[in-house]
Amino acid sequence: MDAIFIFEQLLNGLGYGLMLFLLAAGLTLVFGIMDTMNLAHGSLYMAGAYIAAKVHESSGSFLGAVLVAIVATILIAALIEWLVVRRLYSRDHLAQVLATFGVILIADDLVKAIWGPSPIMAPTPAALTGPVQLLAELPYPAYRLVLLGVGLAVALGLYLLVNHTRMGMLVRAGASNRSMAEFMGVRVGRVFSFVFALGAALAALAGALMGPIGAVQIGMGEAILIPALVVIVIGGIGSVRGAFVAALLVGLVDTAGRAFLPPMLRAVLPPSLAADLGPALAGIAMYVLMAAVLTLKPAGLFPARA
Amino acid sequence: MFKPKHAVLAAVLCSALVAQAADPVKVGIALDISGPFAAAGAEARDGFDLAIETLGGKLGGQPAEFLKTDFAGNPEQANQLVTRYLQRDKIDFFTGPIASNSALAVGPALFAAKVPFISSNPGPSQFAGKQCNPFFFGQYQNDTYDEAAGKFANEKGYKNMVIIAPNYPAGKDHLNGFKRIYSGALKDEIYTKVGQIDYAAEIAQIRAAKPDAVFFFLPGGMGINFIKQYIGGGLKEIPLVAPGFSADQDVIQAVGEPMLGLYNTAHWTHDLPLPANAAFVSAFRKKYDGRYPTVYAAMAYDAIMAMDAAVRDVGGKLDDRAAVAKALAKPSFKSVRGEFSYGANNNPVQNYYLRVVEKDAEGKLTNKLVGTVMEKHQDAYVGECAL
Repeated sequence: MDAIFIFEQLLNGLGYGLMLFLLAAGLTLVFGIMDTMNLAHGSLYMAGAYIAAKVHESSGSFLGAVLVAIVATILIAALIEWLVVRRLYSRDHLAQVLATFGVILIADDLVKAIWGPSPIMAPTPAALTGPVQLLAELPYPAYRLVLLGVGLAVALGLYLLVNHTRMGMLVRAGASNRSMAEFMGVRVGRVFSFVFALGAALAALAGALMGPIGAVQIGMGEAILIPALVVIVIGGIGSVRGAFVAALLVGLVDTAGRAFLPPMLRAVLPPSLAADLGPALAGIAMYVLMAAVLTLKPAGLFPARA
Repeated sequence: MFKPKHAVLAAVLCSALVAQAADPVKVGIALDISGPFAAAGAEARDGFDLAIETLGGKLGGQPAEFLKTDFAGNPEQANQLVTRYLQRDKIDFFTGPIASNSALAVGPALFAAKVPFISSNPGPSQFAGKQCNPFFFGQYQNDTYDEAAGKFANEKGYKNMVIIAPNYPAGKDHLNGFKRIYSGALKDEIYTKVGQIDYAAEIAQIRAAKPDAVFFFLPGGMGINFIKQYIGGGLKEIPLVAPGFSADQDVIQAVGEPMLGLYNTAHWTHDLPLPANAAFVSAFRKKYDGRYPTVYAAMAYDAIMAMDAAVRDVGGKLDDRAAVAKALAKPSFKSVRGEFSYGANNNPVQNYYLRVVEKDAEGKLTNKLVGTVMEKHQDAYVGECAL
């Protein structure tokens, strides 16, 4: 295990974490500000991935495909908000979870009806298929470097938006105390719509970017929703900063668990025990992290409602 | 008001209904068309439908009824479905589940009711070994695919390999099958999370291990994720070897060009030069917009054909369940895989083939037959079966 291997795994963890962040940022804002648990967020991620893959295939332009996917997903999100979610703002979390879970089931069946049950192809943009020689000993996938860049840019953009614009101030006000913000004259309804659209755009972006390195298939939204939920719980619900830090933590811990734990266990334990224990421990690493954080800080690392 | 005329009419109607019903052969099919195995399950459904259409909706010349219900890949739901099939519908045959865990869940109830379970896909080691049963019929035993891959790796002269599978019972079975035959050294044996999305950590481990080749059992979406990231990570030079499930048409379609040249093993391929197979493949492609069938579709088709032959062989007397099972154990139909026989544990003794992903005449990516890896191969568990 040399320095380059460790460095490469750090990059991997960072990349995975940033993708989780794109998904978790939208989820945490919606939950934090509207107090609404929107499980259909995973379906928006799936919609982004499918639309981007199909548009990319027929037009040949990846950038165009990502933009189309974002716009189309915002429209889908608006429809879902108007039809379902708007009626749920005043209901309890159980009703919200049930209703948005229903949306997931409908979305999965819709995708099956439109594109069929088989996973579809999402090609990597031709210029980015190969590896880049990052260091003499380290070739790294060009596409993953782009993901890292986009993830960091979006994180910076969100930071500026939330902390240094008027809209961001309203968002923060809504997140920390909704009724007080309403009393102060903030049109919370408008902020809600903005945040819901922003969350959809981020989910679509994550889906579109993950397509070329992952399976674009029915149920892809549910699979990534679980780590995204872990991220927002660790980060503190409603906090974009918390989601960022937690996403990177989860990405790094998960990757490190898979990369370093099995060889380390093999060095100290008998081989058969290490072979059973290693993958099991690596699989639960991020949940252990969540449990540890919640023990020390029950409201998460950066709770929005202090 | 009761009138004798009415009674006569009712009696005539009733007898007419009874005569018409003549007890159709009932087949319970558990479809896997939603949930984790949806893509493979849809393939199987297309295979079932084609076979039913080919036979004109009959089995062995008798009218038949095919009950199809989705159970979403959930073993618990599969169990409930089978209970309903057994108690309410009184089925004569059962088939359908894609995954071994569902097959294992529904087996005991079917065996107790003495209803033949013709698996259209999985051949769990349990049903080939200690829990073997005269009413279970497999299309292949899980491990055999990987044993064939192990033999191929030996022939290729791979001395150092990394093998990788999801951390669940079937994953371990598949790697055990490979290790049973592969004689070179194992650089690493990696188990991943089930349903894992990101494989960067494992790919970095493979790069650091510098193996001659990599063997991977990662079915469905996991395989798609892995292959894409593997090629993107610049490991194109290290060949991949797989059991057929990790490189079937469903995966090829989703991954595309990076699959070119990938060697995989299976007990059937769509270009096996046999009349029965050629007829099946051309009918399938005609019915489903030129798509190549997968192993799942081919074996679903075979499962229905096996029932058809068995009904004919017992002369339609399905009440004698032991005789039906005996007829199923001596398959008299023309299988799309060619000739095969059942071993003592009702798992097949058959050939395994090497396939490679290439472009066909139309430029479509698909598997091409390379040659036979194992002839008349039997699984390793037959000794544990007390039948």
